[in-house]
Amino acid sequence: MVMNIVETRNVKKVYNQGKVQVEALRGVSLEIEKGAFIALAGPSGSGKTTLLNIIGGLDGMDEGSVSVEDNDIGAMSQSDLARLRLNRIGFIFQAYNLVPVLSAEENVEFIMLLQGIPGAERRDRARTILDEVGLENMYNRRPAELSGGQQQRVAVARAIVSNPAIVLADEPTANLDSATGESLLGLMRRMNEDKQVTFVFSTHDKMVMDQARRLVYLKDGRIEDDMA
Amino acid sequence: MYRQLAWRNIWRNPKRTAVILTAVVIGVWSMIFLGGVMAGMYDAMIENQLSALTGHIQIHHPDYRNDPVVEYSINDPAIVANALQRVLPPGAVRADRVRVSAIAQNARHSAGITMVGIQPEKEAEISFIGQAVTEGRFIKNEQDDYGIVIGRALAEDFETKIGKKLILMSQGADGEIQSRAFRIVGIYQAQMQATEKAYVFVSLPAAQDMLKMGNAISEVAVLLPDRGATGQVVSALRERLPQNRYEVAGFRELMPLITAQVELWDTFMILWYVVIFVAMGFGITNTILMAVMERIREFGLVKSLGMRPRQIVALVLMEGSLLLALGILIGNLTGFASIWALAQRGIDLSVFAAGAERFSIPRIIYPTIHMSDVIRANLVVLVLGILVSLYPAIRAARITPVEALTKT
Repeated sequence: MVMNIVETRNVKKVYNQGKVQVEALRGVSLEIEKGAFIALAGPSGSGKTTLLNIIGGLDGMDEGSVSVEDNDIGAMSQSDLARLRLNRIGFIFQAYNLVPVLSAEENVEFIMLLQGIPGAERRDRARTILDEVGLENMYNRRPAELSGGQQQRVAVARAIVSNPAIVLADEPTANLDSATGESLLGLMRRMNEDKQVTFVFSTHDKMVMDQARRLVYLKDGRIEDDMA
Repeated sequence: MYRQLAWRNIWRNPKRTAVILTAVVIGVWSMIFLGGVMAGMYDAMIENQLSALTGHIQIHHPDYRNDPVVEYSINDPAIVANALQRVLPPGAVRADRVRVSAIAQNARHSAGITMVGIQPEKEAEISFIGQAVTEGRFIKNEQDDYGIVIGRALAEDFETKIGKKLILMSQGADGEIQSRAFRIVGIYQAQMQATEKAYVFVSLPAAQDMLKMGNAISEVAVLLPDRGATGQVVSALRERLPQNRYEVAGFRELMPLITAQVELWDTFMILWYVVIFVAMGFGITNTILMAVMERIREFGLVKSLGMRPRQIVALVLMEGSLLLALGILIGNLTGFASIWALAQRGIDLSVFAAGAERFSIPRIIYPTIHMSDVIRANLVVLVLGILVSLYPAIRAARITPVEALTKT
């Protein structure tokens, strides 16, 4: 039996922009199985990022329900959501979002620091994962000293170092050239296969869509197509 | 790693950090420096007063301080001596005195003065007079029946000098006016001209003999090895000496004006701390708030990664604390250095001597460091600094990740 790691039921979300109400999601129901490598695609404003944010507990919904590993996101306190994000969810952002004053190694360590993992273990695990993403000998470089592709590799390392159940990646290749994007995607695919980490992407990138084992197409806040 | 992160965050904008650091340093420096000058001034005032015949403790007849006349004398000094012997700590010194108002007179002048009959050897250990004679000699011993030491200012007023006669008149124990002609054997110089005009010194037996007091005395003065023990010794003496016959007073009671002045300056210092801090506090809040608002996206990121609000508050407070600690450290070092430099030669107030003397302020102030004042200044800056950092810290903790991450 296939276990679902994420289940959304009839999720609706409306944003108030001044006097205008924008329906970002109009009843999205989706099941994502454990170990999936799934892309949420669609034009700008289709609701991909909103859905990703709601699944990650970063944003609330107006109607419906979302569960991650059987945790009802809508019923959780901010503190519980923070704990869930810290221990079970990894995030990769389009703009890398590394802490500029920390080195690559320290950026990766940061999650483990919040988890209370001792310093020596943090360092070992951070270096191992940086080696795996191809950043050997770049441990001490700060983000400003790394290329876009290298920064996104650090972000991937940070997302998976604490063995999350799911990684939510919002347009991870959008700021990268195609060769770097392809290499990064290969890396995430390898992580998915080797470590059974579930990846959910929101993307415009055809390359990501091609690599995904499942493609969910959103339009105007609704799922228009769901292709395995 | 939090500390590292906080430290690096501080130096993201070195110019801004340098500006606020300068404000903290100037604030702390001024608190320590001004505190040092004040402490030096009132230490000198207290010490001057203590050595100007006050001592740490005095014992009198209960009515003597209200009406210092010969009839309110201690007639049985042996009882007092016995109590002191049992109570005084090692290293304490004491001296008996006769102290009465009198008229000094020579061929041309007369003036009201205070005649002090002293035990020369003991008095030299307690009050300034032992080291103050600059011309002639001190009262030799208790057998110096006709020698008198007067102040330079009085000598100038009386147009007199060593070897000349001076007649003292005062009411004796028998109620009659008594007088004696003394010969000036020494002239002393004191911190204050008022002292030089007020006091003349003769031997204790000479005073007792002149005033027909027998072995009675006006007061016993005590100097303790540690000023801080005064309260304790006063209490012990009060238990041993009946209060209807003896009054035991500590130096704070003996010099209420100076005590009040010190308390007034203490209040002024607290007000000064508040003024300094209010100016500094706005700077600290503003700087940290600017640093927070600049990093709004980053706070959104760490929150989305799972950092809890209280951890964000702790991080921002740590940044504030490090900034304050650095400012306090430099402020202390510069404060100590400037006090040390000034303490070598002192601050010369001679040009204001006449005005300063009215407030018992010495001619030269040697700034000094009272650790309790330094700790108080540092705690004010640190604790209030952390408190004003709370506002930006809470602002940072309340940032919503989704909104913050969309900021550019």
